[in-house]
Amino acid sequence: MIAIIDYGMGNLHSVSKAVERLGYEAAVTSSPEAILAAEGAILPGVGAFGDAMRNLRETGLEDAVKAYAASGKPLLGICLGMQLLFEESEEHGVHKGLGLLPGRVVRFKGDYKVPHMGWNQLAFTQPSPLFDGLKPGYVYFVHSYHALPERPEDLLATTDYYQPVTAIVGRGSLYGMQFHPEKSGELGMALLERFLSIARAG
Amino acid sequence: MLAKRIIPCLDVKDGRVVKGVNFVNLKDAGDPVELAALYDREHADELVFLDISASHEGRATMVDVVRRTAGEITIPFTVGGGIASVDDMKRLLRAGADKIGINTAAIRNPDLITDGAKMFGSQCIVVAIDAKFNPEWGEWEVYTHGGRNPTGIRALEWAKEAQRRGAGELLLTSMDADGTKDGFDLKLTRAVSESVSIPVIASGGAGNAQHFADVFAEGKADAGLAASIFHYKEVTIREVKDELRAKGVNVR
Repeated sequence: MIAIIDYGMGNLHSVSKAVERLGYEAAVTSSPEAILAAEGAILPGVGAFGDAMRNLRETGLEDAVKAYAASGKPLLGICLGMQLLFEESEEHGVHKGLGLLPGRVVRFKGDYKVPHMGWNQLAFTQPSPLFDGLKPGYVYFVHSYHALPERPEDLLATTDYYQPVTAIVGRGSLYGMQFHPEKSGELGMALLERFLSIARAG
Repeated sequence: MLAKRIIPCLDVKDGRVVKGVNFVNLKDAGDPVELAALYDREHADELVFLDISASHEGRATMVDVVRRTAGEITIPFTVGGGIASVDDMKRLLRAGADKIGINTAAIRNPDLITDGAKMFGSQCIVVAIDAKFNPEWGEWEVYTHGGRNPTGIRALEWAKEAQRRGAGELLLTSMDADGTKDGFDLKLTRAVSESVSIPVIASGGAGNAQHFADVFAEGKADAGLAASIFHYKEVTIREVKDELRAKGVNVR
């Protein structure tokens, strides 16, 4: 079973439907026990970083997510869910994140349109079981803040939006995607399927 | 580099697609979910559902359409039409919509933009602007109620206010160009796009691939939306994209 962590932030229906379409059982849940028992967990999320962390804390899910990650079972953060894996974000004041990956989340700054919204091309920066054998292509992004991982080895893929932008991060069984794989056509579904099969393999 | 987006728009009334659609390979051409899945397969970048139901029941049906669509397609979709409160937004977002389009209700109550952006994030809030050139002003005026009622509001001012209040994107329809198939309103689109720093979807007037190329280059649009040319299969999304690619436009 794949746990879709429900902490009151955003569109869980699409993620859980996508998981089911790929032939896996998905449970949208806010129960720490259910999350800890899952073979894989997805931390989705849209909205503001500070609100998300407050919700995670108030629902007691911050500890559950950390405990789950510490167990070494595969965890995938999507969009805001990826950003939450880092230490802190400057979205509407500085907020502490889950601190599972060293690095910060900062706002896009420059003479260009924000949010970075639409389809952009991935570039894989190092090999990963997440996309081994897949060809990089377009995936769907929508975000105004972007992550700056501290360790280059945690960065797995970037996209180009007036600068290299963190698109996929990973360390051990912990993964994050800034784009929405469930909204990113065939490539997005293929990446999600890879994560699910990694989860199934244990 | 960010790709330019091609977005088909489906008018839905009481849960059925209304504009005549003549796809031969669909079991039920009136089913918005089936048509949405077809556009997904054709490489549409996003979809817009415009709910033109007049009744409460019709709009309730839309929630079911949204729920079924979210399970079928792998691209983002926006729902607009008749959305007047944060609760309406929540219902559709919970059902699986990615973005909410607001138009008349935002003019009547601009706080709806602010509240929606605060509650769900700016990326969910698309402010739709129907604009028509006002010769007395020498610039464009905002209309509401599907383009029937002039508001006395300047489109460029309204675009800026929508952004300031937290809109994540603008869906700009030129009432002068709409239905002509002579091309998008390049002047209007460029003026709005240069007034804001959020993405602008141009709508109204698309007749062929060149029109999309023009609105991306000259109109500075981030996306182009069309309804009838795709529904009546005058041109497919794939054909438009192939032609744009050949012209050097970055498309998915």
